[in-house]
Amino acid sequence: MTLTTQDIPSLLDTLESKLRQQIASRNLHNPLMIGIHSGGAWIAEHMHKRLNIEEPLGLIDISFYRDDFSQIGMHPKIKPSQLPAHLEGRDIILIDDVFYTGRTVRAALNEIFDYGRPNQVLLAVLIERDGRQIPLRPDCCACNIQMQPGQRIKLTGPEPLSIHIQSFDHAA
Amino acid sequence: MSANLQLNDEGKLKHFLTIDGFSREMLNEILDTATSFAGMSEHQVKKVPLLRGKTIVNLFFENSTRTRTTFELAATRLSADVLNINIATSATSKGESLLDTIRNLEAMHVDMFVVRHGISGAAQFIAENCAPHISVINAGDGQHAHPTQAMLDMFTIRQHKQDFSRLKVAIIGDILHSRVARSQIQALNTLGAEEVRVIAPKTLLPAHIEKLGVTPFHDMKAGLADIDVIIMLRLQKERMNSSLLPSESEYFKCFGLTEDKVRLAKPDAIVMHPGPINRGVEIESSVADGAQSVILEQVSNGIAVRMAVMSMAMQSTGGGA
Repeated sequence: MTLTTQDIPSLLDTLESKLRQQIASRNLHNPLMIGIHSGGAWIAEHMHKRLNIEEPLGLIDISFYRDDFSQIGMHPKIKPSQLPAHLEGRDIILIDDVFYTGRTVRAALNEIFDYGRPNQVLLAVLIERDGRQIPLRPDCCACNIQMQPGQRIKLTGPEPLSIHIQSFDHAA
Repeated sequence: MSANLQLNDEGKLKHFLTIDGFSREMLNEILDTATSFAGMSEHQVKKVPLLRGKTIVNLFFENSTRTRTTFELAATRLSADVLNINIATSATSKGESLLDTIRNLEAMHVDMFVVRHGISGAAQFIAENCAPHISVINAGDGQHAHPTQAMLDMFTIRQHKQDFSRLKVAIIGDILHSRVARSQIQALNTLGAEEVRVIAPKTLLPAHIEKLGVTPFHDMKAGLADIDVIIMLRLQKERMNSSLLPSESEYFKCFGLTEDKVRLAKPDAIVMHPGPINRGVEIESSVADGAQSVILEQVSNGIAVRMAVMSMAMQSTGGGA
C-alpha cells in the first residue's frame, strides 16, 4: 500500500470509526484523550473534536523518557506535557501519528504512569508501519503499511496535515 | 575563560563552570529546558529516567546546605545516584591532594562532579584534569563564579518579566566578594538586559566595575529609580569586623532594602535574594516575605535549572537509559 497526503481525510474517518468501536467494546468511561507531541497531538485534536470528548485534550512530550537520550540528546525546545495532575483510575485514549518501533509509546506509558495508575489505556494511531522492536502494538489504526528499507514516514502539520515518505542512508 | 572547555566537539554543553563565553542561544536553551523540568512538580512521581545508571558526586569543599540539597534533589529527580562527599572527614583533609581525590573517585566510575570550592578556578582545574567522560558543574568557586545560581535567577526573572531587553536590574550589596553577582552580571548582559546597575558602598565595589557592563551607584534612592528587578546580595557578617563597613545598623540604614526603598522602583518590581538572607541586615523581613518577593520561587527554580544543566551536560557524554 502507498500513502499520500490525499488519503488523510479518509484515514481520519477510519480512525474515528475504529475508535468509536473500541470505546464501546472496552466500555471506556469519561475518557481522557492524550496526544503525543507533535504528530500525535495533531491527530488527537481531530479525534477529540470528532468524538466530542468533554475532558480537555491532554498533551505529552516524551523527551525526558526516551531510551535513546544518550544517542540523540535532548531537543532544546521540549514542550511541557499538559496533563491533569492525577491520572489515577482514569480511562485514557493515547494517540500517536505513526507506530513504528514501539519505543515512543513505551516512553509515553512510562510518563503517564508517573502521573498515576490509569484504569486502562487504549492506543490509537493513524498509521502502523512495520519495524516493531518491543512487544507493544496499537489497539486501533487507520492503516498498516510496509516501508522499503531506508524509508521512513513523517507527518507534518498541523494545518494542513501532510504525509511525507523520506529516504535516508540506511548505513548512516 | 572561553566557552571552549565547557563545550564538546559538537558545541553542546560539557562542563558548566562560568557564564563567561556562553552565547545567548545556549543560555536560552538552558532556560527552555528548565521550563520543561519545572512542570515535573505536578507529577505524582517527580522523577524522570534521563540519568538512570549515572553517578553524580557532590564535592563540596565549602558548606552550603541549600545549594547542595538542590543539586542532590535535581540529580535524584533525574534518576541518577548521588554521592555526597563529606570533605571534613575525607582524605583531602588528611593531606591527600585534590587530584588524588579526583583520581580515586574516577576509579569508582562516577560520571559527574558538582564542585563547590573556596578557591577561584577550582572547578575549572578539576574539569581540565578529570577523565574525558566526566562533566563538571561549578557550584560556586571562590569569588569567581556561581553559574547555576545566576541561571536560576534568570529563570525566575523570565517567569515574571519575559523580555530581558526591556529590563533594568539592580544588584545591591557586597559586589566585591560576590561570585553570584559576577555570574548574574554576565548572564544579564548576555541575555540582553537593557541596564544592569550595581548599588553598593565604595568599599564593596571592585575598581573599574564599569568594564563588566554595569552602572555603579552608591545611593539607593538614585539606583532604584525605574528598576524592574531588585537583586539583594548576602552581606557576610565578618565584613562588619573589617574596615570595609562601619556597622550592621549603618549598612542597613544606607543599603538595606526596606518597604520605603522598594517603592522607589517600579510598582511591579520583583525582589530577589540568593540566600541565605540576613533579616534586618540587608533586607527587612516585611520585604523578604512581601508580595513582591520571589525569594522562595528562586529556591524551587534552582532544582529545575540544575536538572537542565545536569541533563544537558550528560547528554554529550552519553546519558542514561
